[in-house]
Amino acid sequence: MTAHPPVADCLVSIEGVSFGYDDSPVLLDIDLAVHASDFVGVVGPSGSGKTSLLRLLLGTVRPQRGAVTRRPGVAVAYVPQLETVNWNFPVTVAECVLMARTERRLPWSSRQERTEVTRMLDRLGIGGLAQRHIRELSGGQQQRMFIARALLRRPQLLLMDEPTTGVDVASRHDMLHLLGELNDDGMAILLTTHDLNGVAAHLPRLVALQGTVIAAGPPHEVITPAVLERTFGAPMEVLEHLGMPVVLDRYHNGSRAPS
Amino acid sequence: MEALLDPFAYAFFVKGVIVATLAGGLCGLIGVYITLRGMSYIGHGLSHAIFGGFAASSIISLNYYIGAGVWGLASALAINRVTRSRRIGADAAIGVITTASFALGVALLTAFGNKGPSFDAALFGSIIGVSAGDVWALAGISAFTGGVIFFHYRALLFATFDPDVADVSGVRVARTDALLMLILSLSILATLTVIGVTLVAATLVIPAVVARMLTNRFSRMLWLSSAIGAVCGFVGMNLSYHLDVPSGTTIVLTGAFVFLVVLTVTGGRRLQRTARLDGHGEAAPAPAAVVADDAACTAARGDRNPVRP
Repeated sequence: MTAHPPVADCLVSIEGVSFGYDDSPVLLDIDLAVHASDFVGVVGPSGSGKTSLLRLLLGTVRPQRGAVTRRPGVAVAYVPQLETVNWNFPVTVAECVLMARTERRLPWSSRQERTEVTRMLDRLGIGGLAQRHIRELSGGQQQRMFIARALLRRPQLLLMDEPTTGVDVASRHDMLHLLGELNDDGMAILLTTHDLNGVAAHLPRLVALQGTVIAAGPPHEVITPAVLERTFGAPMEVLEHLGMPVVLDRYHNGSRAPS
Repeated sequence: MEALLDPFAYAFFVKGVIVATLAGGLCGLIGVYITLRGMSYIGHGLSHAIFGGFAASSIISLNYYIGAGVWGLASALAINRVTRSRRIGADAAIGVITTASFALGVALLTAFGNKGPSFDAALFGSIIGVSAGDVWALAGISAFTGGVIFFHYRALLFATFDPDVADVSGVRVARTDALLMLILSLSILATLTVIGVTLVAATLVIPAVVARMLTNRFSRMLWLSSAIGAVCGFVGMNLSYHLDVPSGTTIVLTGAFVFLVVLTVTGGRRLQRTARLDGHGEAAPAPAAVVADDAACTAARGDRNPVRP
């Protein structure tokens, strides 16, 4: 890992952690720290342990070895993968966002809560959709709705599972810009993704994961042919465009070249 | 008209109507959570499991509500625990735990005889089996259930919609699930005498499914499902008297009729809402061609990349 800010800034750290399900190891000897104002992307193929890493950070699973330390009182919010959600569930956008206010006992929302939800949805560019059913939103809007729900908890650390999966190109672009703005406001963000080029363009720090940390640091240190081959198990070309690493699939012998 | 009011001259019928209406509303209310959790089969299974407790408490002369209640709650918690662990599916967990309990109940009643309601009454429901105590027990359980849902509205909603996120957002999901299983067990216990073991599941599922076809809002679905359940209970119990068939069957058939009417009126398209569909029909991740756009973004936002020290 690259040099970290002072330890006092550390929101959550993972030291020497190994984790697995039953006898199947998923993560081995992981060291990772997320500091206030960090904006980190964890890249790796399916099954590389990205979601398990998120679960460790969230504290919903315990490591088999090592320690996960969370700064006392730190507020963490989580945005799930869109694919894991039952979009037929009968809730409107406003009802979904208000779920975050778990401390309120009464079923109906207060005037203050309604104002907050309206303000939050406006800020995220989905104002006016509060009374829509969640299935009526596009993928990008659904992602923003979950971010609104997470932000309503005023988190210091936002963890996101594959936020760029299942959204169109423009939405992905807007999403990463939005996260950049939230990060600029002081919120630490850690997200997992397969989208190498998207995170290389927008995120200052990447972690390549394949059961263990293959590489960590700024994009130009992580997005390299050697690291990507070790991480994804396939050869990839890395070009440089406007000072940014750009990943392309490498054509195998015998495969058809583009015309 | 007079013929319709005739049965209300009998105290046993009035008690039966009260219990059927309350039971319908109660099951309709809880059914919303059960169907949305994809656990529709649990009502069927749990009623069978409670039958085992009913038989055991009858043999050892223990109060039906205590014996069968503890048995049912233990079964519900076991099912919920197995289901949440995701090692086996909810249907398999329910299939194993509850059918074994039902089989045990049948074996015990066959071996030691029955001191409570008849076999038929337990299986298909009966108006005659309703006592004043049953009415009060159901009223108490309805009030308790209403209170639990009122004061745990958001926790129950969040834990039903997305338990993983709820768990990290301050909801004690395990406790909330246990609470839901408790009110479900109590409700099945209290309605079993009127609806019957084999049919109680329908009173949990049908009103909720009909309500889901009528609305996209959770809060509206709750009261719609309760109202549909209560109306079906009331109408079904009246039909039971006039047609001289077990009350459970008429209540369920009334619900099925309402389902068909709503399906016909709203069109089959609304039926989609009742399915658990996980996809959302969005575009695929960005192709390589968009890297040019990302590059332009990087150039414009030179502050983000390369990394800060």
